[in-house]
Amino acid sequence: MIGRYVLVKVARSLLTLWLIVTFSFVVLATTGDPLDALVGDDAPQEVIDQYAQRYGFDRPLHEQYFKYLKAVATFDFGISYSDETPVADLILEALPKTLQLGLTSLVGGLLLGVGLGVLAAVKRNTAVDRFVMGFAVFGFSIPNFFFGILLILLFSLQLRLLPSAGSDSLAHLILPAVTLGTSMAGAFARFTRSAVLEVLGKTYMHAAHARGIAARARLFRHALPNAAIPLVTILGLRLGDVVAGAIVTESVFAWPGLGRLLVNAVSARELAVVMGTLIFAATSIILANLTVDLLYGWIDPRMRSSRRV
Amino acid sequence: MVKKTACGALQIWGEMPPLIRVSVVFLGLILLISLGADLLAPYDYRSQDLLNRLAPPAFLGGDWAHPLGTDQLGRDLLSRLIYATRFSILVAFLGTCIGAVLGTGLGFLAARTRGLGEETIMMFVDFQASLPFMLLALAVLAFMGDSFILFILLMGVYGWEVFARLSRGMVLSAVSDEYALAVRMLGGSSWRVYAMHVLPNIFAGLMVQFTLNFPQTILLETSLSFLGLGIKPPLTSLGQMLGAGRSHILYAWWISVFPGLVIFLTTLSFSIFGDWVRDRLDPTLRGERGAVNR
Repeated sequence: MIGRYVLVKVARSLLTLWLIVTFSFVVLATTGDPLDALVGDDAPQEVIDQYAQRYGFDRPLHEQYFKYLKAVATFDFGISYSDETPVADLILEALPKTLQLGLTSLVGGLLLGVGLGVLAAVKRNTAVDRFVMGFAVFGFSIPNFFFGILLILLFSLQLRLLPSAGSDSLAHLILPAVTLGTSMAGAFARFTRSAVLEVLGKTYMHAAHARGIAARARLFRHALPNAAIPLVTILGLRLGDVVAGAIVTESVFAWPGLGRLLVNAVSARELAVVMGTLIFAATSIILANLTVDLLYGWIDPRMRSSRRV
Repeated sequence: MVKKTACGALQIWGEMPPLIRVSVVFLGLILLISLGADLLAPYDYRSQDLLNRLAPPAFLGGDWAHPLGTDQLGRDLLSRLIYATRFSILVAFLGTCIGAVLGTGLGFLAARTRGLGEETIMMFVDFQASLPFMLLALAVLAFMGDSFILFILLMGVYGWEVFARLSRGMVLSAVSDEYALAVRMLGGSSWRVYAMHVLPNIFAGLMVQFTLNFPQTILLETSLSFLGLGIKPPLTSLGQMLGAGRSHILYAWWISVFPGLVIFLTTLSFSIFGDWVRDRLDPTLRGERGAVNR
């Protein structure tokens, strides 16, 4: 049965991917002639033909479609029509920067958010709880672009402590990572709090109390492992938000990652770059969600047994 | 009847915690500003005064002629802020409405048809839910260009899947309720059951979802406009103002901070209010909360 569960999940992910790639092909094939962008208006016919032949624009559409599917599968997203750089190169160049920013803020946001969430749950209905929840609401309500600008105002322009744009040093990482991490910490704190509260109300927690297990051991050995299960799911679902948040945050801080590549490409109408980045980001998100789905079945034994029924 | 409604409103007001009251008052203010922009704004939001550029707000020693100062083209910031609020609220409202109607319609259709039609609709629901809409929006904006109508439609496509999933679930449970069965037995057609009986019954749930989706749509619009890809000059929106003010932040922080504050406080108030309404309407959640607060 677990094989069937995995199979359905994988099939669904593949279907989503196929939709994305097809959407992207339709966009690329229907909007304007890439030759215009490549060779300019007054190019002689033989030059146009030469380019058309080189990039396969002279082939029938269905042939181009299969060629495109095959190319995408081998990480070939075509070329940027402004300077003929392969899109894949642009992506690979920006990827480490995005990973650096994304992972820093994810790890920071997770540690801070889970810590605060557990604290709020344990001290529920106290000033600590209210303070943490206030921070959480602030964190996930404030738009990234506004929070980023406030941070620049305070730390770059007023205090002159940190750089506001670029990615040359670790100091450049601080402000964007704080911007992105705060919104994640807010969401994680709120979610962790409710997950822990739910576990704390369970009968087995009362049983553990009755058996005389110390409060600390009850929290760390009994409550937290159980509360971690829903947290893994939210982690997977949040990844999409991380990508969306990174698009804006990278633009605010001129961080040369995938988000800024995408935004600049949209502004410049570089469709091949836009679609390549879209396919790449979508694939990463879908793979992450798939991993979480499969992990979920592995972490939570109840999922496995219930599926067998 | 009027008296009764007024009493009901007063009673609800009495039950609100202070924080909810503050958000409701703030949202009322935003609504008034959006509706009365023409009356409230002291200047046209487009009229430039190049001799009076980047004037500081009155509380920073500026002139009371421009209470919030002026921008890089000498346009009155208060007037721009008022109109930007109107545009942002209007776009988000239209977008959320389109999404709600589209999603609810498709949700009803899925619940009604079952089989292949339902599978297809739910496949698209899953498709959209599995990816951040920001990505799809950017891809669509890249090729569809600068059309205001298309931008609003794009806002409408955002969030439809939530309404579709919600209404499908509610319809499926509502059609098997006894009142729906009773109407069917009395000879009412299935569309009559849906339109006259099921829809009014699930309407409250849809409205709650509306208040929760609305701030998300504001955020999407302001983010895209901030990036220079949504609402563009000569029109303005809160995000557009913020994005345009960013390049002058070194010497005129107020241009970007005021619209940012309005966005933040509006979406915050909406989320707080929406959460409260949902908890009130959903007895199961209330029970949970009661247990938690024990």
